[in-house]
Amino acid sequence: MSEAAPEPAAVPRPRREVPLVPAASIAGRALVSVIAIMTFLAALAAGGALLVAGTSRDWQAAVSREATVQVRPMPGRDIDADVARAAEVARAAPGLAAVEPFDKGQAEKLLEPWLGTGLDLGDLPIPRLIVLRLAPGARLDGPALAAALAAALPDATLDDHAAWQGRLSAMADALVGIAGVVVLLVLTALGLAVAFATRGVMAGNREIIGVLHFVGAEDRFIAREFQRHFLRLGLQGAGLGGGLAALAFLVANLVTAHLAGGAGADEVEALFGTFALGPRGYGAIAAIALGTALATGWMSRAIVFRHLRGLG
Amino acid sequence: MVRFENVGLRYDMGAEILKDLSFSIAPESFQFLTGPSGAGKTTLLRLMLLSLKPTRGLITLFGRDAATLDKDAVTGLRRRIGVVFQDFRLLDHLTTYENVALPLRVQGREEAGYRAEVVELLRWVGLGERMGAHPPVLSGGEKQRAAIARALIMRPELLLADEPTGNVDPPLARRLLRLFMELHRSGTAVVIATHDLALMDQFSHIRRLVLGDRRLTVYE
Ligand SMILES: Nc1ncnc2c1ncn2[C@@H]1O[C@H](COP(=O)(O)OP(=O)(O)OP(=O)(O)O)[C@@H](O)[C@H]1O
Ligand SMILES: [Mg+2]
Repeated sequence: MSEAAPEPAAVPRPRREVPLVPAASIAGRALVSVIAIMTFLAALAAGGALLVAGTSRDWQAAVSREATVQVRPMPGRDIDADVARAAEVARAAPGLAAVEPFDKGQAEKLLEPWLGTGLDLGDLPIPRLIVLRLAPGARLDGPALAAALAAALPDATLDDHAAWQGRLSAMADALVGIAGVVVLLVLTALGLAVAFATRGVMAGNREIIGVLHFVGAEDRFIAREFQRHFLRLGLQGAGLGGGLAALAFLVANLVTAHLAGGAGADEVEALFGTFALGPRGYGAIAAIALGTALATGWMSRAIVFRHLRGLG
Repeated sequence: MVRFENVGLRYDMGAEILKDLSFSIAPESFQFLTGPSGAGKTTLLRLMLLSLKPTRGLITLFGRDAATLDKDAVTGLRRRIGVVFQDFRLLDHLTTYENVALPLRVQGREEAGYRAEVVELLRWVGLGERMGAHPPVLSGGEKQRAAIARALIMRPELLLADEPTGNVDPPLARRLLRLFMELHRSGTAVVIATHDLALMDQFSHIRRLVLGDRRLTVYE
């Protein structure tokens, strides 16, 4: 502590009031670290959930804009005629922007990666595909079209990706649910840590509380001082943790953009999109951080009040 | 102003430290509270401050039965009492000025409104040059005076001082005592706990409450 400069007959200048609960303490620093780490984890989980949910929505939108009709070759039937007929049936369905039958050459090309080039596939019974593209905003009535196809042809089936979409959205929901549970667990742990820290700080400041009582402070006043103290710690910790989480998403976004097209990048991008969290994601992180700080202040106030009432 | 009737006190399950005390303290009076170390002077002051509850008997403070007061009422009464603790109880992270201003601050008063008053009092107790210093760098006598100033800033109706001259040399002790006298003349009831016989002998005409053998004897 520095020797205070003598103030020759000086009236102390007006200045910001020093907090009555000492700002720096070991318990306080530990609490800031705990809050920072917890906020960081909660923000990562929430941001990750938002990314997965967003990507899954994009996927589902993309997948549901397409459907395919598969025409299997059957002995005794002319597959080219059947394809033409199936395309005709499909064109009659409402909401379709394009109906694109793949001809034999295209079908073979599709199989090339598996069977190699230069093979004569002429005699192999290769199923043919008809790609249906939906008009923007339109929905395909899958069951109706399937029924119409079944009525017209024995060998055509519709795949509107409904099962695939269902599984995809169930999986995304599960991931989002897990992230939600993680956020809840982290916040619960944070609450417990704050409760313990509050009691620790109260015990460490018993002297101060006693003095405040003797000089005529009401419990309300003392509780407000402690709340201010914890709000300050909460804001520091949550700001640090939330800021680091936001930074982590930003860096991940830059790195994936940089690696785009490289090995492994596709898989990562498939799951998380491009890590581009968007304003809503960063808003969510800020909300978590702010909520954490406020909850810290509010909770410690409640604990302080109980403690003071116990002092009788 | 303060009345004790057959008050007894024991800490936890221990033996009775104070037994059957009956006395009163009149407004604008001045008295010493004395007795050997460990006789219970600090304990008696804590009873008057309502920071201890008596095991037996009745304590009346400012005309109100202490046993019936709720917390807010206790706070209200404490604002009318100034205390100087034996161990000062200054807050180390606040400056001398802030420590002395504390009773005003906890009432939510604006700093600008009381600054001049606090500065004047600090000069009066001889701490005009030490306003910005923190308690850890103050001498024992300076801390004592800071504690006294904090007790006086609210212009209390009752001042309880526990060994307020315990840490200072005899000349300063006499000066502080004259300061309490002045306060008393301006209308405050003063109780000074001390076992400094030499000091009391200089003020021989003053009322004494003497604790000994767990009982209190009053010499008017
Ligand atoms: N909180 C406590 N719990 C248990 N016993 C206590 C407590 N405070 C004081 N005592 C005991 O009560 C007795 C009176 O103590 P007290 O501090 O009132 O004496 P005192 O007259 O102020 O002494 P001194 O002149 O040394 O300050 C002592 O025996 C002490 O050990
Ligand atoms: Mg004592």
